[in-house]
Amino acid sequence: MTAYAPIERTTSRGATADRIFNVVTVGAAWLVLIVLLGAAASMAWGGRLAFQTFGLKFITSSDWDAVGGQFGALVPIYGTLVTSAIALIIAVPVSIGIALFLTEIAPRWTRGPIGIAIELLAAIPSIIYGMWGLFVFAPVMASDVEPWVNDHLGQWPIVGPLFSGPPIGIGMLTAGIVLGIMIIPFIAAVARDVFNQVPPPLKESAIALGSTRWEVLNRVSLPYARSAIIGAIFLGLGRALGETMAVTFVLGNAHDLSVSLLMPSNSIAAAIANEFTEADTDLYRSSLIALAFLLFIVTVIVLSFAKLLLMRINRTHGRTH
Amino acid sequence: MNKALLLLPVAALLASCGSSHSGNSAGSSGNEITGAGSTFVYPVLSAWAEDYRTQAGVKVNYQSIGSGGGISQVEAGTVDFGATDQPLSPGDLAKNNLAQFPVIVGGIVPVVNIADMTPGKLKLTGPILADIYQGKVKTWNDPEIVKANPGVSLPAAQITPVHRSDGSGTTFNFTHYLSQVSPAWKSGPGEGKTVSWVGGVGGKGNEGVANYVKQIPNSIGYVEYAYVIQNKMTYALVQNAAGNYVSPSADSFSAAAASADWANAKDFDLVMTNAPGAQAYPITASTFVLLPKQPKDKAKSDAAIAFFKFALEKGQPQANKLDYVPLPDTVVKQIETYIGQNVK
Repeated sequence: MTAYAPIERTTSRGATADRIFNVVTVGAAWLVLIVLLGAAASMAWGGRLAFQTFGLKFITSSDWDAVGGQFGALVPIYGTLVTSAIALIIAVPVSIGIALFLTEIAPRWTRGPIGIAIELLAAIPSIIYGMWGLFVFAPVMASDVEPWVNDHLGQWPIVGPLFSGPPIGIGMLTAGIVLGIMIIPFIAAVARDVFNQVPPPLKESAIALGSTRWEVLNRVSLPYARSAIIGAIFLGLGRALGETMAVTFVLGNAHDLSVSLLMPSNSIAAAIANEFTEADTDLYRSSLIALAFLLFIVTVIVLSFAKLLLMRINRTHGRTH
Repeated sequence: MNKALLLLPVAALLASCGSSHSGNSAGSSGNEITGAGSTFVYPVLSAWAEDYRTQAGVKVNYQSIGSGGGISQVEAGTVDFGATDQPLSPGDLAKNNLAQFPVIVGGIVPVVNIADMTPGKLKLTGPILADIYQGKVKTWNDPEIVKANPGVSLPAAQITPVHRSDGSGTTFNFTHYLSQVSPAWKSGPGEGKTVSWVGGVGGKGNEGVANYVKQIPNSIGYVEYAYVIQNKMTYALVQNAAGNYVSPSADSFSAAAASADWANAKDFDLVMTNAPGAQAYPITASTFVLLPKQPKDKAKSDAAIAFFKFALEKGQPQANKLDYVPLPDTVVKQIETYIGQNVK
């Protein structure tokens, strides 16, 4: 009987705390949605003049002429997608390799230092990658890599045009590689944590069945971690799509549409950063904001595609996690 | 969650876009004046501001946010003066009740990266420069260039033209010059703070162009004179309107400023590229200051006028030290008369 009062007090105090906690978390979740929709809406509103003036031509035209008042986003969209694709092609295998090495192969005492080194790499500001790209990497590309690429890959059928052009060291290939190096630590750090989550009994069972190390990695660790790894890759991709400073240093910032990866191009984020300060007509400013809106749309499309892909994989391979 | 993370940079960018137009509201007395605009004039303006603060006790706050931003802020009245590399037309000035005058002169110099080339050895005419930037002259041993450079060995290498990727007064003055000397340029890309370039590579800021030219073999770019001096770059000579190849220097910029017809330019609306003087450097530019004709705060406007009077009359040593060129005395006199007549 006497024990009731304190119990009631505890429950009522707990209920208040619960409600506050509930409100806070719901608020935080809604804030994300509000920020998302608010940003999209304000960009669409800011870019309405460009969309009204050019219509669908804004996306399909490669004209970018501030004097003549003609704006088309094809070159920046193309440059953004191509550089990010190159970045992923480089970063994904390397990052997964790093993560597997760190969790499965590396001697235990090296894991800590290498892990910290990866996290430090992730903390380097992107402008440092850009400056390194321009001062160190671009000259190497111009003097050694691109002439070789020109002479060898440039002669191949079909893909040849991708790899032939003047070896100036500045262009989509250089930008893609710098971006790739930049996003490696992001993907590797998450992938390492994910591989660490693979339950030891699973791996031990595989070993007990006579699996080699490669079979354990390929058949147990990778499938177990698949969905989280794809999440990590798309985190890296998101960074690559929106990266500004590292890209603007080595991409060449030219509004030219060219097939060759050795040629300069432009990206959405770089175009906005470069041109916003002196965008002195309403149409020009509106076109840059419309570009930002398109970056948003491109990102949403890419991420939705990733989610679909993930669902597809999970359906065909069965849920593993 | 991922989506939200991806959006953060976009949201931050939007926030920064918003704030770049709101500006700083200036202090409340004549002891502090605020200006905004051209990045070109920023180093010398801040040197003058420092001198003026120690001598007159007035603090000059200058935000180098770009000419476009400077114009819109002075029109909105959020700053006491604006600075622009591209002069406004008398019509635009009248519409916003602004006065305009030049404060400093600078030169825009083509720089090249050609093996074994020494500064000042390569000679270019205006039309050649326009043809290079239009992609019509593709290699350094093009007959047009060879004709202008007898006895100079030129490589059979492809030219990579480097331009500014950001909108800039430097580009405005450079393309204004090309429009003067090449009809094809005038009807093609035209003039502006950013134009539709044909090919080539874009660098952000003078330092971006300077670095691209240094990194890319057989490239050509155009930068402010100070960057040529400070980075010891290989510059090319450009033929002026009188037919002479004049080295970029304080003297040749002054000669251009002196030979320009300021007296007949209403509100100093004059871009002095392709100036007629025999010793005038052909791609000479100036930065203009904008002041409200009927200021809301008289004390601040007077303080701003006093500051620019100080800068124009006593600022020459600082300007020279930073590789800018002060305006000739005759032009300074015209400016002071103009301010007296126009700013109440």
